[in-house]
Amino acid sequence: MDVTDLLQLAIYGVVLGSILTLGAIGVSLLFGILRFSNFAHGDIMTLGAYAAFAVVSTLHAPVWLALPVGMIAGALVSVAADQLVYRRLRRTQPVILLISSFGMALIIRSLVQLVWGPQDRSFVKGIDMPMHFGDLMVSPQQLWILGGTIVIVIAVHLFLTRTRMGKAMRAMSDNMDLARVTGIDAEKVIVWTWALGGALAAAAGVFLALDTRLTPMMGWSALLPIFAAAILGGFGKPYGAIVGGMIIGVASEMSTAVLPPAYKPATAFAVMVIMLVVKPNGLLGARR
Amino acid sequence: MSIDLSGLASYGVFLLTLAAIYGVVSLALNVQWGMTGLFNIGIAGFYAIGAYCAAIVTTPPSPSHLGGLGLPFGAGLMVAMAVSGLVAFFVGLLTLKLREDYLAIATIGISEIIRLVLKNEDWIGNGVRGIAGIARPLSANPLVYLAVVLLVLAATYFAVERARKSPWGRVLRALRENELGAQAAGKNIYRFRMEAFVLGSMIMGLGGALYAHFIGFVSPEAFEPVFATFLVWVMLIAGGSGNNKGAVLGAFVIWVVWSGTELLTNQLPADYVTQGSALRVLLIGVLLQVILLRRPEGLLPEERPHVGASPASSAEAEDEA
Amino acid sequence: MSEHLLDMQSLIGGYGGNDILKGASLTVAQNEIVVIVGPNGAGKSTLMKSAFGLVKIRQGAVIFQGEDITNMRPDLVVRRGMSFVPQEKNVFPSMTVQENLEMGAYLRKDGGAAQQMERIFEIFPRLKERRKQAAGSMSGGERQMVAMGRALMLDPKLILLDEPTAGLSPLFIEQTFERIVEINKLGIGVLMVEQNAKQALEIAHRGYVLAMGRNRFEDTGAGLLANREIAEMFLGG
Ligand SMILES: Nc1ncnc2c1ncn2[C@@H]1O[C@H](COP(=O)(O)OP(=O)(O)O)[C@@H](O)[C@H]1O
Ligand SMILES: [Mg+2]
Repeated sequence: MDVTDLLQLAIYGVVLGSILTLGAIGVSLLFGILRFSNFAHGDIMTLGAYAAFAVVSTLHAPVWLALPVGMIAGALVSVAADQLVYRRLRRTQPVILLISSFGMALIIRSLVQLVWGPQDRSFVKGIDMPMHFGDLMVSPQQLWILGGTIVIVIAVHLFLTRTRMGKAMRAMSDNMDLARVTGIDAEKVIVWTWALGGALAAAAGVFLALDTRLTPMMGWSALLPIFAAAILGGFGKPYGAIVGGMIIGVASEMSTAVLPPAYKPATAFAVMVIMLVVKPNGLLGARR
Repeated sequence: MSIDLSGLASYGVFLLTLAAIYGVVSLALNVQWGMTGLFNIGIAGFYAIGAYCAAIVTTPPSPSHLGGLGLPFGAGLMVAMAVSGLVAFFVGLLTLKLREDYLAIATIGISEIIRLVLKNEDWIGNGVRGIAGIARPLSANPLVYLAVVLLVLAATYFAVERARKSPWGRVLRALRENELGAQAAGKNIYRFRMEAFVLGSMIMGLGGALYAHFIGFVSPEAFEPVFATFLVWVMLIAGGSGNNKGAVLGAFVIWVVWSGTELLTNQLPADYVTQGSALRVLLIGVLLQVILLRRPEGLLPEERPHVGASPASSAEAEDEA
Repeated sequence: MSEHLLDMQSLIGGYGGNDILKGASLTVAQNEIVVIVGPNGAGKSTLMKSAFGLVKIRQGAVIFQGEDITNMRPDLVVRRGMSFVPQEKNVFPSMTVQENLEMGAYLRKDGGAAQQMERIFEIFPRLKERRKQAAGSMSGGERQMVAMGRALMLDPKLILLDEPTAGLSPLFIEQTFERIVEINKLGIGVLMVEQNAKQALEIAHRGYVLAMGRNRFEDTGAGLLANREIAEMFLGG
């Protein structure tokens, strides 16, 4: 294990970190406003990936064109789940929503499996030649993932700071009651938050599938590192999620230098636990 | 399908035994969630610990895994409970002072890691090949084992019900419903929650041990970890969280429903049979949502000494508000 | 009825458990400053929240400009021309001053937000200097300005202020009351809860003394100030 190998792992870590970041931003936005951890987030990722896969495999469209379709699917399913179930449970304790989202995760996962079958799938057929930079290798997919994440994160940033709805989301996240007496239609903002969170999850799912493969379990398996990233960034703070995602991604990949790769999720979990003990409010700042 | 009475009877015994084991685990979750409001979705992890402990302690010595120690059934149950409780203690140490979501996330984390370790560390439990040859106590006769399981279920029920009615249980309820009030009354919230969490997890370990002896074999994938956890949640909520009778009733009802869905999916055209389990999970997932929306207090609502909101029934309380 | 801007009629209600309001009534006329005083826990804040559907009213009615708005959703109440500055947590801390004001104009579709913001900067010049600063990093007095500015963004008919001077230094208290008079001169009715009862009643047209969820006294500002019983009980002698 020399420096090159470690750098190579760091590159993989940034790629994984990009995927986790997209997932964690959504989880964090939803938590900020609804005060509950959405356990169906991983399975929305899976769904988005499969929806994009359907476009790629039936229309032979390129992945970058299928990505928005996947994101729309993720947004629609998230909003539907909210309107059918979560909306009616919102006035109870957040923990009831948590149980419900856990059930929703299984519903979505079984639907994916019923439609697309339990077997693995892949976006890319054959092996694309990786590009060499000195001794380091990067595959075209990985560059796509990184570039796509940067574009999406910038878009989300502009949305949150420049648009009326984006600012309303931040206001709701800051103080729900005040937002309501300010005249913000809470229900409408919540629906848009689900749509945004779902779309981001779906994008994360498409990227994860590009990096690895599509399986009905792919999103659920990513949920733990995503929560770890969101917690690291300070739950409810979308910008913190970027930092959290990168740290967890790099730490997980680097851990394979000393541990079997199967323990990647365990590394994410260990980082999260250390974080919870040392700085329970997240790396950035300490609200409450 | 020809009607085979002895086949039907042995299926019935099989069904009842598993339902009773789930009853034990459902009671355990009721201690954590129903009585205390602690959100554990790593049930499968504690269940797996219990099952592996029973296997390691009671099977004869083997080079392919830790142990076996060849000790009797009772020793296996003890060790299963002790180890589950110890793991729960450490999880609690890290998370019980934090917001409830963190406990939820930490519990799936732990159960995922337990599964990873069991799968990858061959020396503990023979990796993916698992441990076979876990004997039933007294006799191999399934009827005898059903009696043993029912006995354990009854003992667990009385112990948990007694705990619920004790001053300790009343403090838990007070903590759950109005944390600040109870804190003002000078109670150490953290200690009570820790006790409930550890106790519940020990009982989950007990359930896992019973399962191992019934099936005779454990492996990392044997319990479909996520699903085992989910099913127990549906059982408790359907039965009535906070109510021990409800917890047991829910386990039996949902286990019968769950097993019934198998008969249903077996009727599907051959092409779809492989998809049967996904369809069944879908049905149970939908059932949970319907219960949460329509009857959040469950079949047997919590008996409460005074008016107030419980985690499961606050939907209605809020609506009246 | 409709000569009143706001008419709260014998309100009974609370937060789900016991009733906090036990028949409190109150009116505010066009362009009036009305002050509510009373002991802690009397239900003053609860009364204000009840105008915005934040408290469940079981009996009685809230009439605003002749329309029944009892238990109406807060955003719909705001849309009708009544704004609220809650007692605490009344700014969006992670957002800048300017963004806080923009949120106040969330419902505004006529494009007049920029103009209105300039008008508010005239009342509170300090906010203009600090427009890019996060509201959460400001002093208590400045935050109060942000909160009032936010509530004025829709150019309301009536503004409800819950203890706008709580925790401020004497100088700031004086200034805040001056601003309130200024706001009132723009043609905006003011209903406020105040602990600094003496100063508040001096600028008030009328006042109410609320105790245990009911009206205790009701008079002109000057009348309440002159009442010896009230002076002893609530005005610190
Ligand atoms: N959100 C709430 N939920 C339940 N009770 C509340 C809430 N807010 C205030 N109360 C109770 O209502 C009563 C009146 O409170 P409040 O209206 O804030 O009084 P005041 O503003 O006159 O000091 C108090 O007994 C208080 O404990
Ligand atoms: Mg008050």
